[in-house]
Amino acid sequence: MRNVELVSALDGSNDFLTKLEADSGVNVLDCYQCGKCSAGCPLNRAMDYTPHKIMRFLQLGLEEKALSAESIWVCIGCDICYARCPKGVNVPKVMETLRIEARKRKKISVKSVEIFNSSFLWAVENFGRIPEALLIVLFNVKSGQLLKDVPLAPTLLLNGKVHVFPKRAKGQKIAKKIFENCRQLGGGLE
Amino acid sequence: MKYAYYPGCSLESTGIEYDMSTRIVAKHLGIDLWEIPDWICCGASAAHGEDPLLAVALPAYNLSIAEKEGLDVAVPCAACYNRMRGAEVAVQGSKKTQERVSQAIEVDYQGKTTTFSLLDILANKVDPELIKSQVIRPLTGLKVASYYGCLLVRPIGITGFDDAENPMSMDRLIEALGAEPVPWSFKTECCGAGHTTSLSKDANLLLQDIYDDAKRNEADCFSTACPLCFLNLDMRQKGVEKVFAKEYDLPVFYITELMGLAFGYSPKELGLPKHFVDGLPLLEGKDLLRHPATRREEA
Repeated sequence: MRNVELVSALDGSNDFLTKLEADSGVNVLDCYQCGKCSAGCPLNRAMDYTPHKIMRFLQLGLEEKALSAESIWVCIGCDICYARCPKGVNVPKVMETLRIEARKRKKISVKSVEIFNSSFLWAVENFGRIPEALLIVLFNVKSGQLLKDVPLAPTLLLNGKVHVFPKRAKGQKIAKKIFENCRQLGGGLE
Repeated sequence: MKYAYYPGCSLESTGIEYDMSTRIVAKHLGIDLWEIPDWICCGASAAHGEDPLLAVALPAYNLSIAEKEGLDVAVPCAACYNRMRGAEVAVQGSKKTQERVSQAIEVDYQGKTTTFSLLDILANKVDPELIKSQVIRPLTGLKVASYYGCLLVRPIGITGFDDAENPMSMDRLIEALGAEPVPWSFKTECCGAGHTTSLSKDANLLLQDIYDDAKRNEADCFSTACPLCFLNLDMRQKGVEKVFAKEYDLPVFYITELMGLAFGYSPKELGLPKHFVDGLPLLEGKDLLRHPATRREEA
């Protein structure tokens, strides 16, 4: 059956939808708003708009509303909604694609998640493997919570689970090269 | 049985017990693990939110080394497993992707590898009779909530070795060790992953749900097959108890630690004393550390 689009409220939102659908491989009109994603989402209680509402914003062409929602950063990608969706809509992929677009537009509504992710990738690029202690220190400094999780440190150190001095992995140069190549290629799979 | 082994970053640090117990159990069962030389981080949990190409390229580089060696890949970490499988599927599914990824990693990676989660190998590739025959210290009376988390079983299209909502692989292993897997409802609910650092208030709610349901179903402890699930359930437990004024005292074990114990290895060589929630009193209480020769080992 052909999808008939009856809902687009705003002109000019079609370009965005086309791009989102191309990047995510998801047709947002597949969603028929049953709400099963929102019912099963473990983080629904931490979201400003539950997942099916984000899908509805997109169907209605309310791109700004979707891109500025906290939900797209709170979604952790556990994929339970995708597993349960009767229409097989990959909602987490939509959330991820929205995050990437929001970052491009410098519209980051939950800073701590972005700080954690960017610190993580910085560590991979510069060390090849994640030095977990450094990652936490980096996160604490950047997010201004210097003492977060500090009480856990002595046990971790004592048990040899984290190390005071981060070590560069032998493959670090390769990791760095892969990051550079991806940037040069302009990112994206296709 | 030989696999290329990708431990991943956590198994060198916060998940060190998982690496210790994996190597012991694999060797014991005759699984040859060939560690991928100079492997790099697979970018799990962060790269896919930045750029889809980077998210495939980082794991693909590691896979290309296994491909050259002609080996399939064994991955203990659920998150690494998920990204590696995702990279294979992406490269296999599109010539264009295969070319772009090969360009990014400067190696011609064809996607000929198959990545298995270590749990899948232990539960479905190793003969269950072999495992049963190796149990010399049955874990009798130990009630275990097997916790799979998200990434071992979802998305179905790239994992698929077990049910997405009620997986049983680990439960069957636990049964083979002589312990009792409890039926419970939070087997595949998210542990909060990196949100325990970045959005800890929200992540605490998820952890609370998991502990509560395990308690409701009278579990003595958890079994996991993921270093991040383990870290969250174990290291964050005291904090969650404090926030919600509850008491759980639920030790967390890697499935490989439980296997190692049942095969007769000592808690120390499996890394058990490194846990935040001490599991030894529980094991002692159930009289499980008795050696087959009735010698009580030093933990």
